[in-house]
Amino acid sequence: MNDMSKPTRLRDTRVTLSHGGGGRAMRDLIDEIFTAAFHPPGMEDQARLSDAALAAPGARLAMTTDSFVVTPLEFPGGDIGKLAVCGTVNDLAVGGAKPLWLSAAFIIEEGCEIALLRRVVASMVAEAEKAGVSIVTGDTKVVGRGAADGVFITTTGVGVIPPGRNLEAGMIRPGDVAIVNGVLGDHGATILAARGDLALSTDIQSDCQGLGHLMEAVIAAAPDTRAARDATRGGLASALNEMAEATGVGIVIDEDALPLRDEVKGMCEILGLDPLYLANEGTLVVFVPEAQAPQALAAMQARPEGRGAVAIGRAVEAHEGQVRMRTAFGGTRIVDMLVGEQLPRIC
Amino acid sequence: MKYASEFRDPKAARAVLARIATVADQIGATREKPVHIMEICGGHTHAIFRYGLDKLVHEGVEFIHGPGCPVCVLPMARVDECVEIAKRPEVIFTTFGDAMRVPGTKKSLMQAKADGADIRMVYSPLDALELARRNPGREVVFFGLGFETTTPSTALAIQQAACESLSNFSVFCNHITVPEPIKALLDDPHMVLDGFIGPGHVSMVIGIHPYDFIAQDYGKPIVVAGFEPLDLLQSVLMVLEQIRDGRAEVENQYSRVVPEHGNPVSITAMADVYEKRPSFEWRGLGEIDASGLRIRAAYAAYDAEEKFGVGYAAGPRHVPEPEGCACGQVMTGRIKPTACPQFGKGCTPEMPLGALMVSSEGACAAYWQYGGARATEAAE
Repeated sequence: MNDMSKPTRLRDTRVTLSHGGGGRAMRDLIDEIFTAAFHPPGMEDQARLSDAALAAPGARLAMTTDSFVVTPLEFPGGDIGKLAVCGTVNDLAVGGAKPLWLSAAFIIEEGCEIALLRRVVASMVAEAEKAGVSIVTGDTKVVGRGAADGVFITTTGVGVIPPGRNLEAGMIRPGDVAIVNGVLGDHGATILAARGDLALSTDIQSDCQGLGHLMEAVIAAAPDTRAARDATRGGLASALNEMAEATGVGIVIDEDALPLRDEVKGMCEILGLDPLYLANEGTLVVFVPEAQAPQALAAMQARPEGRGAVAIGRAVEAHEGQVRMRTAFGGTRIVDMLVGEQLPRIC
Repeated sequence: MKYASEFRDPKAARAVLARIATVADQIGATREKPVHIMEICGGHTHAIFRYGLDKLVHEGVEFIHGPGCPVCVLPMARVDECVEIAKRPEVIFTTFGDAMRVPGTKKSLMQAKADGADIRMVYSPLDALELARRNPGREVVFFGLGFETTTPSTALAIQQAACESLSNFSVFCNHITVPEPIKALLDDPHMVLDGFIGPGHVSMVIGIHPYDFIAQDYGKPIVVAGFEPLDLLQSVLMVLEQIRDGRAEVENQYSRVVPEHGNPVSITAMADVYEKRPSFEWRGLGEIDASGLRIRAAYAAYDAEEKFGVGYAAGPRHVPEPEGCACGQVMTGRIKPTACPQFGKGCTPEMPLGALMVSSEGACAAYWQYGGARATEAAE
């Protein structure tokens, strides 16, 4: 962590173009904000990694990368730094990998507050520790005002998939049960409210959280877990559609079973949005064989990230590649992929 | 949301559905000789598909999806004019979200934004007004769009701007009214409608009496309805009962929200700010007399058409509908969306060709999104 007792060379309150110029100012920024915070201390540009896990016979390496842009940079329940760590850790976790290392590349807009950067980095460090990953390399660029929106972060993650583990959407079989770990749409609703464009005040917080430990718990309880997805942008509907398409089976979910907060439902009613398409940042959807579903559910509910876990539907043989929903009202409808982004309607 | 959930009770719905079936049988409605009920509003269309009501009602009841989606019926020429205004360097163009994707002849507002126009999504005309206060050096234009539901709030924003003598705020007025297109539909000799379901939120503003002509002059029943599934089913039942009893009346199913004479504050504000245009073009339906509103001369300083010399101020400009587009026939109940040769082929939500595919509340888009086209064969 940042050693606050050390005298600071970085006296600016805002990032200027000189912090990206490759000289002393840039060195100070990187030393004080990034290198001092991330593990291991004295991080170099090229991390040289050695880990016994990599050498295990049959183990496979998993790698993923993602860029994070969000307005506002800080929101109830998280910030862009927490998102950048959780997002990449979760991508690895749902692939069955144990996340180990991250890189973090920052594109910073001229004028960005140094204090904000410190908060974002502190939040990345805290989240990385929680997830058991190290941020081992990074990059910093400063761009002119208007060329970026505050801060953009790209994180790349490397993890290891233990021998014999094979989580793929293609493994899903008719009869498998779909389970989510908790309420849906909180992140999307939080961001909408936090932008301040709506005359709506809510207490909703982003669900932004790492899912690595939860995934391990599920796999331990249900060793034949078929597939998992992190239902982020595009929401649960998009994650399920991707899985149905990849595996060729149909998926039927029950509207009554979907865990949604009244506040999120209310906001969606007002704005004409569908909560099934709202983004999540700590929501897992996992398919397990029916016989192992009770254990998987119990294992999830035993962890804080999965306290609200609930079965929402199952894979079926009919209408291959499509997602259907049994509505609370007794009808059935298709839940399709989203076209473009959801736009609030006028009335 | 408990208030809403009471209107989504499947058990209560089954009871209403059974009564609908009884009355439909009494009328002699069958798939070959159905009762055509038009829900005027896109919000109702959306709810019908969202809850699968079209599949739950008696087979002799057929929903005809009306022209009530203001985004869908916006003519391409007006979108072109929006883009024209938005492209001016001094302009901040503000719009409701779902108008962003409506295609003009060359581009949508979404595409114009990507090209560099300063276009911002707002949730209310008052947000646009606030932008004008904060940006005195820019011209803030609000894209006034919608039926009587959104029209009063635009009027209030104009009144407020006048009150503050704000000189950098104006409205590109595309507000339209509900009764006139219904009259146009009823005058259509090919019309096959037996009754109407009226939009509850419009009547919240104008009351129920603007629809008297439907019952009195055309002898058709109309029921003003709420937006929950039970509201809609009960309204279907009320329309059917009128037909069975040989009545044609304006009934108010949504009386928990809709006052008989509407909202006097809104009505006064609208009368102060707007006057009827002689005619206004509707995408898919063509020109309809007295169906659009323009800003009165007293508020000309806040009229973007006057300020920038576009739209009707520059003379009417008609852009023909794309070839093969059958929106007009779908809206008059002559064909189903799926019977349009372009449905799902040349016209999809990604690349809408016609009006009814443009917004998610359009009949064709709802058919597509909720599987009216693809799911009928496998309905569970």
